[in-house]
Amino acid sequence: MRISTLFYTIRQGFRNIFKNKLFSLASIATITACLFMLGIVYCIVLNAQNMVKAAEEGVSVTVFFEEGTDETRIQQIGEQLQLRTEVSKVVFVSADEAWESFKTEYLGEYADGFTENPLANSEHYEIYLRDVSMQSALVTYLESIQEVRRVNQSEIVANTLTGFNSLVGYISIGIIAILFCVSIFLISNTVTIGISVRKAEIEIMKYIGATDFFVRAPFVVECILIGFIGAAIPLAIIYFMYDQVVAFIMERFSILSNLLQFLPVTTIMEDLAPVCLGLGVGIGFLGSIVTVRKHLRV
Amino acid sequence: MAEEKAVKKKRRKRGATSDKYIINMEGVEHEYDSGSRGLDGVDLKIKYGEFVFIVGDSGSGKSTLIKLLLRELEATEGSVNVLGYDLNRIRHRKIPQFRRKIGIVFQDFRLLKDMNVYENVAFAQRIIQVPTKQMRKNVPAILASVGLADKYKTNPSDLSGGEQQRVALARALVNEPTLLLCDEPTGNLDPKNTREIMQILDEVNQTGTTVIVVTHNSEIVNAMQKRVITLKKGVIISDEEKGAYIDED
Repeated sequence: MRISTLFYTIRQGFRNIFKNKLFSLASIATITACLFMLGIVYCIVLNAQNMVKAAEEGVSVTVFFEEGTDETRIQQIGEQLQLRTEVSKVVFVSADEAWESFKTEYLGEYADGFTENPLANSEHYEIYLRDVSMQSALVTYLESIQEVRRVNQSEIVANTLTGFNSLVGYISIGIIAILFCVSIFLISNTVTIGISVRKAEIEIMKYIGATDFFVRAPFVVECILIGFIGAAIPLAIIYFMYDQVVAFIMERFSILSNLLQFLPVTTIMEDLAPVCLGLGVGIGFLGSIVTVRKHLRV
Repeated sequence: MAEEKAVKKKRRKRGATSDKYIINMEGVEHEYDSGSRGLDGVDLKIKYGEFVFIVGDSGSGKSTLIKLLLRELEATEGSVNVLGYDLNRIRHRKIPQFRRKIGIVFQDFRLLKDMNVYENVAFAQRIIQVPTKQMRKNVPAILASVGLADKYKTNPSDLSGGEQQRVALARALVNEPTLLLCDEPTGNLDPKNTREIMQILDEVNQTGTTVIVVTHNSEIVNAMQKRVITLKKGVIISDEEKGAYIDED
């Protein structure tokens, strides 16, 4: 194929967008609306998961040791725990530190009556998990260690967080899948209608002896561009609106500021941008290929 | 003298000096999905360089015949051979190549509405990948030959019916086709434009292009004294050299 022919088909694709303004606007609006909805749900889901994860990170398992366990063995157990995949952080709290913390938190000036450390045998590890659903597996492992006297865990919190996390996961997958299907249906329908009204044009090209590529290429270029613009608009809106919406929520619900931990917009965009652009361009490409094919059998 | 030589050269190039058949249909039948028969056992041979009228009432099979010749439809029985292509066996990707050797003119012109006159004609050249420089010579030349040299920038919707048909004719002729198929080319035209279009077709035929005209217009058929094939209910009922329009009514 001649280079000039290639440029001609690309140029025609660009020109078609302006020539068929109504189709272009309808398609761009549909893609924008669908992907905007998808983007908003994605933001909500990602932030909800982030908040649950933050809550999970605060959940710890405390492990106490048998009386007389030497420091070397305790240190060795700590090192082994640190190597486990489900463990994110292991903090050693000595008996003195435990007593100091207890005094500060509960006794205050009444602690002066104690001459010895009543928590002499309470050195322990606080173990923080990467994934709270792995807590029971870790507890089973800890209880199998001979020197371990007692393991404290907050089973209800862990189960609630795990359940909530799964729920958020399932609901978000469901909503995103539905929105995804609706988007594909709406966008491809718009593209189909837009191309179908130009059936006569395609027929004329075929009668004159145009190859399928020559007929199809400008439509593909046109639909890819429409898909790209339709995806870029909601991304830009979300990008510029996100921080303002977050600031608004934080101001209105400042009482929940510890719980409401929003992700930065750049993190959101890392996944959302390629997904939206891929969807827009992909649907434009496939929609045009499939629809034009229907009219090529002339 | 030089002009005569050029015409002879063109006739030779388009096979008009040979005795070969450009169209060879044998026992052709076509049945539509609805069950109605478009053609019923048609045998038709047309030589290179001929001028042929195909006439008949509505539903006689004229349009089916044109569609078969363009390979828009496939014969359900029999063989269709056009320009050396066996249209029963031609591959889908070869069809554009085949159609580029054919010029086609429709009753309703079928011009691309969002292109001006020049672009409509140039489009046919673009499809066969003629270099832009060459295109800039060919398109004005063919527009001049149909009397539209000064209207190249005009949009087809701003032209009269006769002018639109000339643009369609220019588009059909710009690639110098060996075969020109005209489906009711004067159906939407007044007598003056009809005569002018037929005159252009006759001139085109003089240069060796085989011309097939499907028409209802008895006046032009009778006036031009060319070969006339009459179809009725999908069957050829007459085929006469220098024939006349047979009015069934």
